[in-house]
Amino acid sequence: MKYEAVIGLEIHAQLLTESKIFCGCSTKFGAAPNTNICPVCTGQPGVLPVLNKKVVEFAIKTGLALKGNIAKHSVFARKNYFYPDLPKNYQISMYELPLVVGGHMDVTVDGKAKHIGITRVHLEEDAGKLVHKGAAGLKGSTGSLVDFNRTGVPLMEIVTEPDIRSPEEAKVFMQELRNLLVYLEVCDGNMEEGSLRCDANVSVRPIGQKELGTKTEVKNMNSFKSVQKALEAEIKRQTDMLESGERIVQETRLFDDTINMTTPMRSKEEAHDYRYFPEPDLVPVEPDRKWVEEIAKTITELPGAKRSRLMKDHGLPELDATVLTDDKALADFFEECLKLYKNAKNLSNWMIGDLTAYMKAKKIGIKEINITPAQFIEMLNLIDKGTISRNSAKAVLVKMLDGGKSVNDVVAESGATQISDEGELLNIISNVMSNNTKSVSDYKIGKEQALFFLMGQVMKATKGRANPEAVKKLLIEALKK
Amino acid sequence: MELFELTAHELHAKLDKRETSAEEIVKSVLGRISKTENKVSAFMTINIDEAIIKAKEIDDYIASGKKLTPLTGIPVAIKDNMCTRGILTTASSKILRNYIPPYNATVVEKILQAGAIPIGKTNLDEFAMGSSTENSAYKVTKNPWNLGTVPGGSSGGSAACIAADEAILAFGSDTGGSIRQPASFCGVVGLKPTYGRVSRYGLIAFASSLDQIGPLTKDVTDAAIFLNAMAGHDPKDSTSVDLSVPDYRKSLIDDVKNLKIGVIKELLGEGISSSVKKSILEAAELLKKLGAKVEEVSMPTLKYGVAAYYLLATAEASSNLERYDGVKYGHRSASSDDILAMYYNTRREGFGPEVKRRIMLGTYALSAGYYDAYYLKAQKVRTLIKNDFDKAFSKFDALLSPTAPSPAFKIGEKTDDPLSMYLSDIATIPVNLAGIPAISIPCGFVNDLPVGLQIIGKAFSEEMLFRVAYTYEQNTEWHKRKPKL
Amino acid sequence: MKVTIKDVEHVAILARLGLSDDEKKKFTEQLSRILEYAEVINKLDTKKVEPTSHAIPMKNIFREDKVVPCENAKEITANAPKEDNNMFSVPRIME
Repeated sequence: MKYEAVIGLEIHAQLLTESKIFCGCSTKFGAAPNTNICPVCTGQPGVLPVLNKKVVEFAIKTGLALKGNIAKHSVFARKNYFYPDLPKNYQISMYELPLVVGGHMDVTVDGKAKHIGITRVHLEEDAGKLVHKGAAGLKGSTGSLVDFNRTGVPLMEIVTEPDIRSPEEAKVFMQELRNLLVYLEVCDGNMEEGSLRCDANVSVRPIGQKELGTKTEVKNMNSFKSVQKALEAEIKRQTDMLESGERIVQETRLFDDTINMTTPMRSKEEAHDYRYFPEPDLVPVEPDRKWVEEIAKTITELPGAKRSRLMKDHGLPELDATVLTDDKALADFFEECLKLYKNAKNLSNWMIGDLTAYMKAKKIGIKEINITPAQFIEMLNLIDKGTISRNSAKAVLVKMLDGGKSVNDVVAESGATQISDEGELLNIISNVMSNNTKSVSDYKIGKEQALFFLMGQVMKATKGRANPEAVKKLLIEALKK
Repeated sequence: MELFELTAHELHAKLDKRETSAEEIVKSVLGRISKTENKVSAFMTINIDEAIIKAKEIDDYIASGKKLTPLTGIPVAIKDNMCTRGILTTASSKILRNYIPPYNATVVEKILQAGAIPIGKTNLDEFAMGSSTENSAYKVTKNPWNLGTVPGGSSGGSAACIAADEAILAFGSDTGGSIRQPASFCGVVGLKPTYGRVSRYGLIAFASSLDQIGPLTKDVTDAAIFLNAMAGHDPKDSTSVDLSVPDYRKSLIDDVKNLKIGVIKELLGEGISSSVKKSILEAAELLKKLGAKVEEVSMPTLKYGVAAYYLLATAEASSNLERYDGVKYGHRSASSDDILAMYYNTRREGFGPEVKRRIMLGTYALSAGYYDAYYLKAQKVRTLIKNDFDKAFSKFDALLSPTAPSPAFKIGEKTDDPLSMYLSDIATIPVNLAGIPAISIPCGFVNDLPVGLQIIGKAFSEEMLFRVAYTYEQNTEWHKRKPKL
Repeated sequence: MKVTIKDVEHVAILARLGLSDDEKKKFTEQLSRILEYAEVINKLDTKKVEPTSHAIPMKNIFREDKVVPCENAKEITANAPKEDNNMFSVPRIME
């Protein structure tokens, strides 16, 4: 029997506001424990929450980008449960009346388009951080320490319809969603640091069956890759169980990336009864259509559209367009360059190739590099003119980036100008030929590789500055004699 | 007359004329406390040194020629469920036995800015849950009129200290009658403002959608002055209303001619003591004599108020009290081997029986399967009660009722039967459910125990309440009587 | 609605309230009585009635996204029943 997987994702994104969702504490990461706290976010007796307007704006912006409906009337609700990282022992979230309902995101997996529905988007507050004592994690610990710096950081929860059918689709969806959120500048999308989190609901059913199988909840997936791996493991586990006649137990399972398997989360308590009820300390959010329209205007071109445009208008292959648009800042740099330079593919090659390699090595992003788009284009122009060779340009670029120098300065300093002058080249060729008589004879008896050897020698003699095409042409002529 | 016997407006006049000083006033009140507090037990904490230091500061301020506010130099008692920075705040519960708030409630900040002098924190029913102050985990406050009776609750400490002249003004809080009923039992003035009129920031929450802070005072004029100082929009409280605060002193007019006043029929029937009923009807007659048009009005949904209240208020309370867990502040059980044991034991040790009972009731009302039948249904009943009031106010300017079905009962008389205690709030609860304002003023005595008249107005009609209350007060002498202590 | 002792035990767990056997019995009886009384609201026809969450209807109350520097963090941690390195220390959390 063949089975298909049915997957829905629940994503939590930390929003990039300056202050927390219900109080004025800073959201800045990395502060000393319990220094970004106040009576409100530590749940002191008598305190009250006040909603950060920008948080609502970011959620509406996201909802619009996901083509969802912005609710006319949305209500915060209390989700009650006891845990030491939750100071009030209830989380202010949203329940029956979320801020955004519906929507979708279209992704491309294996060349095929896939429409993934969004059920809802809502807002809630983050909990604090626990540090466990006496053990690496919770298991076997002797106690824990609570840091409330993170409590109250705004979270946006996005729930998808169970439209995802494979682990790869899930991974691609997460990557696309992340790009979207980064483009909208509402989240920095870092799964490893926890600013973007993902839980999955997974079930399996025989292909053709309409009813859904029993689902499990999978948590602790800390990267795009582990989302894929966790789902692969869970789907296999469920499929194996069904095939051997076993029943799936509805439970929460944690992904363990050291063994690439999901393990059940042992919980002493019964299924959570969150006792949701409308938050009496907050009033409903009813975004008026004018405000929604204003927010809509702040949405610039989204990654999917940008990718299509780069492919269509500039003839870039999908791979290039994808790599460039995955990073908004990179895409912005690219488009700035395009204002000054026509050859999109050449530009793309240099950016995806040497420039990206440099940034990776130095562990920086495009916003931190020392040259401007104009300076980058200057270099490309010199290559096109033949003033420097492609080869030497690689080293030139590194020098430019290291020192924040213009291409002309670097070339002047290192004398990297390409030698194209025939007279000069003929001299060098003549020297190389007299020093490598065996290769010359080899070539004359038909060994083509000898040409490349001789070319190499010329390049060596000119420290890579010779214009390769010119060298080849002149050598061949000289060898004919 | 001693300084401690005077009202805030009388003391202000003396200060203004430099006939007395803040220090003299504070020392007079502290002197009074030292004589009567062992009988009344109104206070949890008395801030003797701080009050004298503050008084001296105020006197310097006055001497430098700066302008006085009506609250400058006036000793104020603060109910111990309102946060005072650096000063022990217990909500009369063991679970907060050592809690020192890191901040001031907004209304405390406001009166400090106005130059008032906090004199101490007063006793209450634990977490404001109760109608007699017998639920305090620390002490039983006595009614100054008869030390064998309760002062009412939950703001019993504040009401008793006003009645006993142990403070000039006192803060109370009211969720189902907790300002008005003790005011009625102690023969003082108590006002619950419209929901949202006064900031709740810093009030230890009981039922968020019903709680309001308000004044307990010796007369209606002081209530107007005190409300002036505490009311107003607070950006820290999302439920506080952004409406300007009128000068309530302007409403202190001795004139009710042609005002339409409705006497609530259902609150003068079964369950109300006949002597209380008599006092209320006499008060209605007096207002009629003074020119008001007084009629009976029927409000059939009021009888569902207590039931709806005990589902809604306890549900919200059960959630508000979840934060008391021994993690961040307050009591933590010594039997805390693991976090669950810590939660169970801390809350078992820290909460009294009434609080536990309400947490249980509220948790039940919200739990899976019962939400619709209890919580949601109660919210709908609330709408019906609100509509009933709206209908009444389309005809009347103000409504009258007794504040409580009887005068103060004996200490220990009702503690065995929680339900009967709850039912005694029948007149005050519907007001909180509708979010409207109401004031209780003394209107008589039964067996030498005070009886209170409740005047109810529509939302943001405190001016109307003051007008009716002031007129009644100026034409009677009840407010001039003081208990013999 | 009759409340059973099992109901009381379940609710006590949800509310993290440790109850003695005596308390469980007492609460079972008291809660039953109170809820029985509260049943009176079922007499009312509320099919077409909207629930009231807020007595004074308001909407869209916000604050600006501005950082307010923390001035009482130390007072807050000073209240910790058990403190360790400026963090709130709690006993072990069982899985």
